[in-house]
Amino acid sequence: MKIWIERQKALIDFTLSSLARRKLKNLGLLLVYTVIVFLLASVMLYTHALRHEAAQVLKNSPEVIVQRMVAGRHDLIPLGYLEKLGRIRGVQNKEGRLWGYFYDNVVSANYTLMAPSPESHGFGRIADGKIVIGAAVARERGLVPGNLISFRSYTGKLFVFTVAAVLPHEAELVSADLLLLSETDFRAFFDIPAGYYNDIALSVANPQEVRNIASKISETLPDARIILREEVLRTYESIFNWREGIVLVLLSGSILAFAIFAWEKASGLSAEEKREIGILKAIGWETGDVLKMKFWEGALVSLTAFLLGYVAAYFHVFHFSAALFEPVLKGWSVLYPRFELVPVVDGFQIATLFFFTVFPYTVATIVPIWRAAITDPDAVMRG
Amino acid sequence: MLFQPAIIALLLASAVSVLMLLAATPYAWQLVRRWDIASGSELQLVLERRTYLMSTLLSFVFATQLVALLLFVFNADKMAVMFVGAMCAVGTLNANAYGFPALISQIAVFFMAAVWLVLNHVDSRAYDYPLVRVKYRLLMGILPFVVLAFALQLIYFLNLKADVITSCCGSLFSSDAQTLVADASALPPQQGLWLFYTALLTVIAVAVQHARKLRAAYVVAAASAAAFVAALTGILSFVSLYVYEHPHHHCPFCLLKPEYDYQGYWLYLPLFVATAAGLGVGAIQPFARVPSLAAVVPQMSRRLAWIAALGFAFFTAVATYMVADSNLILLKD
Repeated sequence: MKIWIERQKALIDFTLSSLARRKLKNLGLLLVYTVIVFLLASVMLYTHALRHEAAQVLKNSPEVIVQRMVAGRHDLIPLGYLEKLGRIRGVQNKEGRLWGYFYDNVVSANYTLMAPSPESHGFGRIADGKIVIGAAVARERGLVPGNLISFRSYTGKLFVFTVAAVLPHEAELVSADLLLLSETDFRAFFDIPAGYYNDIALSVANPQEVRNIASKISETLPDARIILREEVLRTYESIFNWREGIVLVLLSGSILAFAIFAWEKASGLSAEEKREIGILKAIGWETGDVLKMKFWEGALVSLTAFLLGYVAAYFHVFHFSAALFEPVLKGWSVLYPRFELVPVVDGFQIATLFFFTVFPYTVATIVPIWRAAITDPDAVMRG
Repeated sequence: MLFQPAIIALLLASAVSVLMLLAATPYAWQLVRRWDIASGSELQLVLERRTYLMSTLLSFVFATQLVALLLFVFNADKMAVMFVGAMCAVGTLNANAYGFPALISQIAVFFMAAVWLVLNHVDSRAYDYPLVRVKYRLLMGILPFVVLAFALQLIYFLNLKADVITSCCGSLFSSDAQTLVADASALPPQQGLWLFYTALLTVIAVAVQHARKLRAAYVVAAASAAAFVAALTGILSFVSLYVYEHPHHHCPFCLLKPEYDYQGYWLYLPLFVATAAGLGVGAIQPFARVPSLAAVVPQMSRRLAWIAALGFAFFTAVATYMVADSNLILLKD
């Protein structure tokens, strides 16, 4: 075992100095290799972080949301609506929610307005005439707490609110375009009669009960649309995976180009390299040893490129907000939240990435390496 | 469902492996037919050079298969969130009829690949390549399985529809269902314990015996295969119960989940390595009498037997620790 390790160490030593002798050629390969890893790793890290973020956000959302449909459109729902069902076993809590969208001409963007229930956010009860705004809204309209802001509602009336607070930056992913106001203000602003809500949120403690509850509601109330949290999660997962897959497929052209490049590099041995192999074999190296040396060469190049590319991608995604892929992977909106992603590194991703980069490289170089390794010493030295 | 990075990676790896093996087959056939180490003809020279390419290529393909198995299971586990009713890899694999066949064929390819790699290693240690014919015949035998594994994987992934309601591990591994797996799960913990420890202690004893005295190589291989089955049965019948601390949850895949600290990998990795090594002991035994291998086979056989013994011992220790560390009390003495 010790001899084996010594042998490999000697081979690695030799390989390194051999690589150093042809700096330019190998640096070129390393650069292209690193760029490929960087591109793919950026896509993967970014989508993975987005997925993670979505899952974190949805963790606190209600398990079941019931909406009422009229003529196939989402309509207001009276709180007593669910009374028809009687008490549903397994539902811990039900709560009517008030929310709506409002188009603001000034910044040409949609706001999400909500009347939160007092316990659901950190500001306590919002007083009438006060408003709590999201960070992106504050940015766009240049607002600080204490300022006044007026909106012309859909009924034509003008409403003036005092900004009570700006929502914290950390929550921006979900609250960028959010305006929180009191229930009375909300009903007056949108002209919603008392006792009616946009939808009803149910919280269910046992995840295995969720589907039963959903089917019970949909049987009794055929006009209800039921949205499950796990379904939303699944949709996000699918969408992000799909986007990631599409980008990877688009990038597969570059992987192929890279494989061809690696093949060319490996098969286009210079006269000097050929002579080197010839001399090695003349002094007693076997074909197997040359193959081993070449294997170490490939492994060292791959490992270096992989590490460099991955670290670069990490910085690209988590420190420079993935500037290159943002538009495709994130989606788009006027009041888009500014957010820093939480770094998430996952062994599974690394394994997949390995299959996308090192695997093609190795496949492309096997035959050329073998060709080089079987070179006859006399053929080289005579020529 | 094809546009998932891991699925693309898996299919890419499988497809390239199949293509490389197919490309290698004509050469393998030529090697089997025309190989003559005593000859100094030009053809023999070409063939000798080609064996280098072939064994590098095949080592690479088979090494890929070993990693692909791991990625396959991991991927199935990760995708569980996308299927209604799926909570771990079982649900994903059950999403259509090809999931479990794909997994099983992948496991079969894993062991065949491992045995081939052992033979290849032994062959490369002798000066006259005594196993060339055997190796390449074996390759042609393995090829259909690799193709089958690829085909099953492709059909499985092509037919994955995210809106399918699959059954979760609770129903598949519950004791009432009428399947082989259910029989294993329904095995009372007491008998499961007996079977598990008997098979594992036997294989450890046999392997250690072989490592020291070089006796009963085929018994080591047979005992390894039996221990593999017994170990899986044991995991189904009682180890999983102790890990989950739940008397009716028999799933062997949930062990791999982060909720259980990826404990499954501590079980499955040594188990697979040990079984592969144990099978390898049997695989090289027929060639112990080949003159040029007279020194190589015993040395290799010893080493493999040690790996098998240590792997199984580690596996047993981990499983025992899981049982001892658990708060669940299944058996009262």
